[in-house]
Amino acid sequence: MSAPIRPGGPPDHDTLRGLLGAWALDACPAEEAAQVQQHLAGCPSCTEEAGRLRDAAGWLSADEPLDPAPSLRTQVLSRALARRPAEVGVPEYAGAFVAETARLDALLRDLGELDWLERAELPWHGGTEQRRPAEVLCHLAAVDGVVSRALGLTDPVPSPDGGIDLVERTERLTALQRRRGPESVRAFWREQTRALVETAALAEAAGRATPAGDLLVDYGAFRLPLRDAFVDRAFECWVHAEDIAEAVGWPYGPPRGVHIRAMVGLATRLLPHALAALRATGAAATPTGRQDSSYGDPRGARAVKLIIEGRGESEWLVPLDVPAPDAPPLPADTEPVATVAIDGVEFCFLCAAHRDPDRTPHGITGDRSAARDLLHAAPLLSRP
Amino acid sequence: MATSAPIRWDRQIQRRLARGEESALGELYDQFAPLVLGLANRVLDDSEAAEQVVRDVFAHVWEHPADFDPAQGSMRSWIGTFTHRRAVERLRRDQAPAAGSGNGKEDPAAPPESSSMEEQVLAEATAARVQHVVTSLPQALRETLVLTYFGGRTYQQAARELGISAATAKHRMRLGLQLLATALSTEHTS
Repeated sequence: MSAPIRPGGPPDHDTLRGLLGAWALDACPAEEAAQVQQHLAGCPSCTEEAGRLRDAAGWLSADEPLDPAPSLRTQVLSRALARRPAEVGVPEYAGAFVAETARLDALLRDLGELDWLERAELPWHGGTEQRRPAEVLCHLAAVDGVVSRALGLTDPVPSPDGGIDLVERTERLTALQRRRGPESVRAFWREQTRALVETAALAEAAGRATPAGDLLVDYGAFRLPLRDAFVDRAFECWVHAEDIAEAVGWPYGPPRGVHIRAMVGLATRLLPHALAALRATGAAATPTGRQDSSYGDPRGARAVKLIIEGRGESEWLVPLDVPAPDAPPLPADTEPVATVAIDGVEFCFLCAAHRDPDRTPHGITGDRSAARDLLHAAPLLSRP
Repeated sequence: MATSAPIRWDRQIQRRLARGEESALGELYDQFAPLVLGLANRVLDDSEAAEQVVRDVFAHVWEHPADFDPAQGSMRSWIGTFTHRRAVERLRRDQAPAAGSGNGKEDPAAPPESSSMEEQVLAEATAARVQHVVTSLPQALRETLVLTYFGGRTYQQAARELGISAATAKHRMRLGLQLLATALSTEHTS
């Protein structure tokens, strides 16, 4: 019923039509595949069937998707970029956000119907919120929305009076999305994260006098430059991804070391404000402004040295008092009043109020009360 | 389903790739890396070789975004087809180093399917149902499709392994895919 292909002459229509299934499966030897290809160019009915079968074969590939290791992403992208450099690169400060949103999305892709019904616990320094995974995404998207505003994108929860209250934004967006399925909420959250990266990349590439990274993002209670806001959003994305993973009982690893370092760096710049807040509550052991020359660096700046170990290994000087707005960074050789050594991932969890400052493993030298204040101020960086 | 318009997301991502936007490459990877890795691994049964295919596929798409023709099918099916061909070529090269039995150059000719963010999610759900359709195919058809597609066999090799004639193998492949295509078009319209 299927004549062997005659040497010398082109096979007939019926013979080639009989090969379409094998062709769609990439199962023809090269010569026959070429003959089918040639035949398709002049035969609309075979072309139609070939398209249908190829599409059906394409769905076979859906059989077993595999989550790649996060490190493969870096390898794949750098290899591609080595062969063709990007015209519009992703700004370095958005790297952690890109990686963390991709990791959370991969986790969400694998959630089953029942997983979406679990309640995740989201601790912050003032308590613990309980949210279903889709509600966590609403929370992330509501806060990501302040970055959208700064970049001129549509704010998913525009406030009628122009004021910004992160808690209120979250509640409003959660209510708006309540009737939508979790997969739609996931798509909505993901689309905004992608738009943020794309828009920031284009804004940087446009080469304006003020770099896009300097744009101020208004969080309501405070402002951050765009470059820091992206790190803040990456941080919250990771921490809440952990919360979701914990709720559904799946393992979830930490970010790459370079991204942990960026997150720790942002935290150290914000810590002097948290220390001021700790003092305001009366919970601090060290008063502000101790100036006797035997304490710390004789040049006047009082700082604790933070030594990050493990992932994100690095050293930071954290001023004990909020520096003046235009103050230069502390000299690198500043004599610290104390040093605190702590694991990078643990320090990040501490800043997210996911750890007890007295129980998380750490080492202290020097003025114990100043070091203790730093550890107790860190959770104040968390938000509901 | 063969006539639905090519999807917005596919065209947008292609334009952005052409403009050299690194963020578009990242999105493409996030969207399709599990598919590419899963398929390559299934065909090659070697995670290192499969990761090599992933690197090749995305580098190729990044270097040649214009090769994608939205009129011919979706980005997803283009990438799936390209991945499969790469993996099969590698398998045949590894198995028969001197034979040089690649599949030649073909244009992917699959009809379009959905790919905006919402539609991507729907596509994932369809993919899950496809597995159901495949498992409910008659055993003889299913084993022929699976051996060929994931085993990277030619139809002659598959025939030999299954102890059937080459003609029967070709027939089963065509019939199996026709049944699958019919089931899928019902899925799409329901």
